[in-house]
Amino acid sequence: MSTTETTASGIGPVEGSGTLSGYSPENPAPLIEPPRKRTKKTPKSTRGNFEMAAWLFMRLSGIVLVVLVIGHLLIQLVLDGGVSKIGFAFVAGRWASPFWQVWDLLMLWLAMLHGANGLRTVINDYAERANTRLWLKGLLYTATVFTILLGTLVIFTFDPNIR
Amino acid sequence: MPAGTLYRGREGMWSWVAHRVTGVLIFFFLFVHVLDTALVRVSPEAYDKVVATYKTPIVALLEYGLVAAILFHALNGLRVIAVDFWSNGPRHQKKMLWIVLGVWVVLMIGALYPVLGHAVRELWGS
Repeated sequence: MSTTETTASGIGPVEGSGTLSGYSPENPAPLIEPPRKRTKKTPKSTRGNFEMAAWLFMRLSGIVLVVLVIGHLLIQLVLDGGVSKIGFAFVAGRWASPFWQVWDLLMLWLAMLHGANGLRTVINDYAERANTRLWLKGLLYTATVFTILLGTLVIFTFDPNIR
Repeated sequence: MPAGTLYRGREGMWSWVAHRVTGVLIFFFLFVHVLDTALVRVSPEAYDKVVATYKTPIVALLEYGLVAAILFHALNGLRVIAVDFWSNGPRHQKKMLWIVLGVWVVLMIGALYPVLGHAVRELWGS
């Protein structure tokens, strides 16, 4: 089997059939499965509904967040002197009411999960190496869990008489 | 431009790019914002000290940028939902982007005085 050998038809030894390829009815070429073909080893469902649930969550949480976040911006940055009035006393006044505690808690959880899922998508899109994706997502999930827990703890354990 | 970087350009792609960029920026701010708020568990002084930096003119400008990013992300997000769930949504996606940008400009003009007013007063007196 020489690679420099050419046939009259101009077809090289690799493309050419017959004895030059080394395959024959007695020695057939290995069967190549078409990509993504279902085989016996393939599980019945290759993926659950996670991506669909995540897609739906982005839209549902998005609608709620529009209300929660724009309300938050109005209160913190626009009404009653804007950012100038914010301070410990202002936070204490607002978190004295369960309504604003629930508002902020819901906003924290939804915004963090919405943002984390968004960044997960961005990482999946741009980090091409599997290892890079693993580490970036590990960092993302660690930071997300930490921030959600910290924020939740702060809302539930807030003490207006800390000093 | 490297091959494969540009999808189709125009309204559809650029609104998608802007949605990503604003989303990532807002998420990074959110981390910082939860951390600074957590200072209320340290002491009123620690919290008030950090919040004081939020009241400086330069940070006021950043806040205006944050408002810009959030408002675009919110309005364009509603447009994405309309494209996905409203049967006529895909047909009107360009028109809806121009509506989004129009509402965004109006809201940003409305936010000028409340968000930046105090910075202007601090910088140029009265």
